[in-house]
Amino acid sequence: MDSRARNLLDEALGLDQLTQLKPPLGGKAVLIEDCVETSGSFVLHQLIKRLLTAVPNSSNVVLFLAFANPFSHYDRILRKLGCNLGAQREKGRFIFVDMLNVECPVGEEGKAGGRSGLFALFANITKVLNALPESNRKCLTIVIDDVSLMEVAAHGSSDHVLDFLHYCHTLTSDYGCSLVTLNHEDIYSSMDGLVFLKQMEYAADVLVKVEPLATGLAADVHGQFDGLQMTVLNRGSLNNRMSNFQFRIKENSVEYFYPGARA
Amino acid sequence: MAATKTRTSSFSRNLPAASSAQSPEIKCGPNGTFLVSSGIPDLDKTLGGGIPLGSLVMVMEDSEAPHHMLLLRNFMSQGLVHKQPLLYASPSKDPRGFLGTLPSPSSPKDDKSRSHDAEQEKGLRIAWQYKKYFGENQSNLDGQRGMILFRFIVLYNKQEFSNEFDLRRPLDRHFYTGQHVDCISTKDLPNIAALQERCTSFLSQFSRYICTFFAIDFVCFTNLLIVTFRNDATVACTGRIAIQSLCAPQCESSNMEWEMLSFIRSLKSTVRSANAVAIITFPSSLVSATFCKRWQHLADCLVSVKAIPDEDKELAKLLTGYQDIVGFLNIHRVPRINTQVPAVLEATTLSIKLQKRRYLVLECLNQAPVDGSSGSSYGTSGNCSGASSKSGSLDF
Repeated sequence: MDSRARNLLDEALGLDQLTQLKPPLGGKAVLIEDCVETSGSFVLHQLIKRLLTAVPNSSNVVLFLAFANPFSHYDRILRKLGCNLGAQREKGRFIFVDMLNVECPVGEEGKAGGRSGLFALFANITKVLNALPESNRKCLTIVIDDVSLMEVAAHGSSDHVLDFLHYCHTLTSDYGCSLVTLNHEDIYSSMDGLVFLKQMEYAADVLVKVEPLATGLAADVHGQFDGLQMTVLNRGSLNNRMSNFQFRIKENSVEYFYPGARA
Repeated sequence: MAATKTRTSSFSRNLPAASSAQSPEIKCGPNGTFLVSSGIPDLDKTLGGGIPLGSLVMVMEDSEAPHHMLLLRNFMSQGLVHKQPLLYASPSKDPRGFLGTLPSPSSPKDDKSRSHDAEQEKGLRIAWQYKKYFGENQSNLDGQRGMILFRFIVLYNKQEFSNEFDLRRPLDRHFYTGQHVDCISTKDLPNIAALQERCTSFLSQFSRYICTFFAIDFVCFTNLLIVTFRNDATVACTGRIAIQSLCAPQCESSNMEWEMLSFIRSLKSTVRSANAVAIITFPSSLVSATFCKRWQHLADCLVSVKAIPDEDKELAKLLTGYQDIVGFLNIHRVPRINTQVPAVLEATTLSIKLQKRRYLVLECLNQAPVDGSSGSSYGTSGNCSGASSKSGSLDF
């Protein structure tokens, strides 16, 4: 069951064959979408765990921009999953940037000495990237745990947040590093908000949509992935792989199974 | 930031033992959390024991009925009864006047049809006998003074984690006339920054590492001092914030949507790193749909209240005890601090009842018995779908 479970999500994300030589997500941009009823943060936890512990002595580095929860929350959860974030942080493989109380006001361009918060944040990211040896830069994964809170931090400047994300995307193409973001799909139901979400979806290579079951809550099945899409550029042709499977979240693991196939 | 320190210090470990053993107002929750009572025992039970410290609770109001006030009153009373500092903000001009309407803990003499009545009265009988115990040991004070005073303090301070509140009896004035209660009117605030500042300065006294320091500082003293000071330190180190009707239209700052969000985000993160709980009620129908969703995502615990239509014959046939129900409480999200496992509740819709018009009670909805021969509820003509469309999000 374990190896099968690992294959369903990992296979969909391309994490089933992690090696020391290959970058973890292959320079992809992953977008996780969830809603109030079902949180998608467990996907973030699984990804971090796979990136940091799947291959021993790997040079994978995770740069985590935390807008939603403090370090203690993630530390506790990842410990139960078998990953010691404190130790990884000390080794320089997990870089936690606490953005919970940080405002990112957008200053006017051209203002002397004025650097907007998002600009400074991106500068920090490139600083971390440049501090890594050149051969290891593709092993960096930037994780943003809540893009909607980044908009709040930027006082509603969604355009600037999109620009920031596009700059992060350029890092994936220039350096081969990966980007994982989480956003709440149900926030962007109005026409204006839809543009923001669609732009994020368009730029993403992998889209993971987490939603509750149509029948409501269940103790055995906590939700489902609605069309895990992956656009793969394979020798000039685009392949769209769709996966629909369900999940059950436990303290120390997550079970994935096709509908009706739960053992 | 304190929360980002690695767990190498033993300081953080001592507070849990102290808190759980000596302060009944706080109890240990799962995943290293500590729980305080919402003031409604049924709600505590549904949420898994209570509200975790560090949580932000949001209540979506129903414009047709003020049921959110029931939740707010019990929450505030519970904190005041436990002598926890309180910050209360409301759009009224005189928020302090509201404190006079808070309910008082029910006395054991009241006739209640609760199963644990007998146990509670037994506990109170012991408390009343403390004077007798004092008299018996008068001659043997020297060797046992510490123990007598220990017993006295424990009995005198004997508090329960959660109280039953009598909505018809107002809370004694001495509970809320101290300096530990602060009130703000949000009506005339030009912007939300003033409220944010008050909240931040209020929460600064509940930093988790200050409380730990107090607990450790007195650990080498006698048992008596440990009980006394740990109780005081722990209780005084837990605060409550109650914000009523944030974004109410009569407030000047109500149309500043992004400022409001920024305030809630800031409050959430400050509360998270403090030994405090904040509850915000807001008129969800008056906030735009997009921002309402953003507010909902910010909540650790999200509930909504809904009025029950009067004289709804279809609903009366569908539910037992319809005449006692004043409204519905929907639980949309349960706090998930330090865990990724979602909480699956037996029922997410509870009925709000006022037992004997005095006690707030939440119950699971009970569907009326179905007639076995016809397969429909008694007295209905098979209008279940009609009734369910009216009741909307009811979950049996």
